[in-house]
Amino acid sequence: MRDVEQRDMKRQQTVKQGAQRNGRAIPRRRDHLERHARWVLPLPAVLFIVVMMLFPVIYTVKNSLTDMNLTSGAATSFVGLANYGALLRDTRFVSSVWRTCYFTALAVGVEVVLGVSIALVLHRESRGKNLVNAIFLLPMMATPVAIAMVWLLMYEPTIGVANFVLQSFHLPAGLWLAGSGSVIPSLALVDIWEWTPMVTLIVLAGLSNLPSDVYEASRVDGASPWQQLWRITLPLLRPTIVVAGLLRFIDGFKTFDIIYTMTGGGPNYASETLNMYIYEQAFNYYNFGYASSMLVVFFALIIGITLFITYVRKTWEV
Amino acid sequence: MSVFRSLRTLQSTAALALCILPVLAGCGSASKPVNSAKPYAGTTIRVLFANHPWTDAVKPLLAHFQQQTGITVKAETYGETQLSQKLTVEFVSGNSDVDVFMNRPLQDGQLFQKNGWYTDLKPYVTDSAKTPADYDFSDFSAKAVSTTTIKGKLTAIPVVVEHEVLYYRKDLLQKAGLQVPKTLDELQKDAVLLNAPGDHYGFIARGMQAAAVTQFSSYLYSEGGDWFDPATKKATLTTPQALAAFNLYGKLLHDSGPPGVVNMNWPQAVAVFAQGKAALYTDADSIYNNVLDPGKSRVATETGIAPFPAGPNGSVPYAVVPWSLSMSATAPHKGAAWEFIKWVTSKSITRAIQGGSAVPEARTSVYKDPAGVAKFPADFVATAQAEANGKSFDRPYIVQVVQARDIIGTVIVASIQGQDVTAAADKANTQFQALLDKEP
Repeated sequence: MRDVEQRDMKRQQTVKQGAQRNGRAIPRRRDHLERHARWVLPLPAVLFIVVMMLFPVIYTVKNSLTDMNLTSGAATSFVGLANYGALLRDTRFVSSVWRTCYFTALAVGVEVVLGVSIALVLHRESRGKNLVNAIFLLPMMATPVAIAMVWLLMYEPTIGVANFVLQSFHLPAGLWLAGSGSVIPSLALVDIWEWTPMVTLIVLAGLSNLPSDVYEASRVDGASPWQQLWRITLPLLRPTIVVAGLLRFIDGFKTFDIIYTMTGGGPNYASETLNMYIYEQAFNYYNFGYASSMLVVFFALIIGITLFITYVRKTWEV
Repeated sequence: MSVFRSLRTLQSTAALALCILPVLAGCGSASKPVNSAKPYAGTTIRVLFANHPWTDAVKPLLAHFQQQTGITVKAETYGETQLSQKLTVEFVSGNSDVDVFMNRPLQDGQLFQKNGWYTDLKPYVTDSAKTPADYDFSDFSAKAVSTTTIKGKLTAIPVVVEHEVLYYRKDLLQKAGLQVPKTLDELQKDAVLLNAPGDHYGFIARGMQAAAVTQFSSYLYSEGGDWFDPATKKATLTTPQALAAFNLYGKLLHDSGPPGVVNMNWPQAVAVFAQGKAALYTDADSIYNNVLDPGKSRVATETGIAPFPAGPNGSVPYAVVPWSLSMSATAPHKGAAWEFIKWVTSKSITRAIQGGSAVPEARTSVYKDPAGVAKFPADFVATAQAEANGKSFDRPYIVQVVQARDIIGTVIVASIQGQDVTAAADKANTQFQALLDKEP
């Protein structure tokens, strides 16, 4: 006990001596900083996140409670939840939400199935595998607007290659982007072409991390390759697939570039997704208050669906 | 100690002298005689242009302006939608340093005027000290000036004019033994007769929702309809005349147009015609170059321009000012800004632009001058003169014109797609009325 006390005193003395080294005392502030280094050091990063990420969100929520409009010429006033009430009565808004879900489900569903299948094929050891990998990743690297322009030409009903292909198989020509019913599947096809490689890439990474001993054991037990796929590979890959799907869902829900470039939301709002409608309200009609309320709903939808998927994944341990 | 004090006094005297020096220098330069020929020499003005052939014609001339006046023009160019957005956001922020800007009076005019973003140019035009007599403001067509005059204020000087015309293929009409259609009935019949899918379509025009509205307007007026009654502010999209126009425009494109037309703005539509894939085409005369320039069009020599066909109400095409030049209310250099506007809209520069680059301008004297119309095809000039008395607006001339165009466009698209036009018009009329009720 005494020993400990003595040692403590000795240490304090040393600290004191150290603090007064060169005849100068360490300023108290510096001492304070050193003691709270674990709070001080991450502070710039925390401030950055607050300013760059949290502030816009708070500002949007604040705007969504006002009638901010650049064309009215009047001062902005607080309107409470009136914008949110108006949203429920706005048929253009409600249909744009459904349209966004339809587009996302269609695109992401196909991307996941296709992406996993391609990854399973590419995972096998074969000659020229790297070359094939590189080619598969090309669509992901291209600029979305450039992709949209090329697909726009391909979809052109009179001179486009899409109808040429259909007709050479004696199928009826389609309207593609010009048809109210076909415009969303046509846009989803572009998204699928562009983003399936990303799912493939993630799943390939997951595949290379699977333990090989499980496969060896199953082979000893006489499992067929088909059984291996359904009983081992896919269950083990499930977390990876869920993550890939989740990432694609968030991105797909927010798709703007290809729709803006290819149809502008037309014909007659048939491809106007939530993001397109928000853009229209904010930058063409200048209804910033109303557009902000839609953004808040949009944000809540994405967070809600993401949390739901994560919850399901944890609860059912998929 | 006293030495020290005197040193200090010296120090402060020197400091004082240093402070005064620039003031004296300022006095000196102010007392120098001002160069009366170049009162704004050394000023830099910020000018926002739109992507337009007129801008392309003006830019090479800017060096002359700088030589003449000593004013430097800092030019920025934007696409038309981006320009409107840029100006709105800058003016709303309240600290814009834009001096001069191009704008679309029919699209932006009412909004900008309501929010006080224009400098009234009337005092500049009427003041003989600011504007010499040879500027001759009365030379601008009265109709064009009435478009840019809102509530007694001259918000802009008109620069470009355009009319809706009929482009037709001489060879295809001749082969079919047809005359150039003079009425909307003939137009519809000829479009069907000339339709030969696989080789070419009978008719082409803009089919994209909001973009089609302006080109649909001449059909509406010629059928005897209008967007709304200006006296009562009641929407008139469901009148028999309006329905006839919606049905006609949709039927023309549905029966004799290309299948993807509902996604076509003018660049796509004009491409179809210039590729030789359509026999008849109605659009603005200001884009004639895309059709008649052999470098851009395969059918340059086979294409003719005719006045807009007549409906029950006669031939009532639009004759509008799509682009004008304004001075910002918050312009930091108003004097120099007016020098620029005055110069670029003067008779000599107008003649240089229209005569050299064939951009149709708003001054009437240039059309009488052989040098001013030398580059236009003969039928272009004849058509422009025949249509000079058309309607001065090609869209509802209101503040919320963007929404209005979206709403009206839905009826046009529904008609092209062969859907129920009356139902679509009913719905659009209700929405348009709600918009009109909010107008100031």
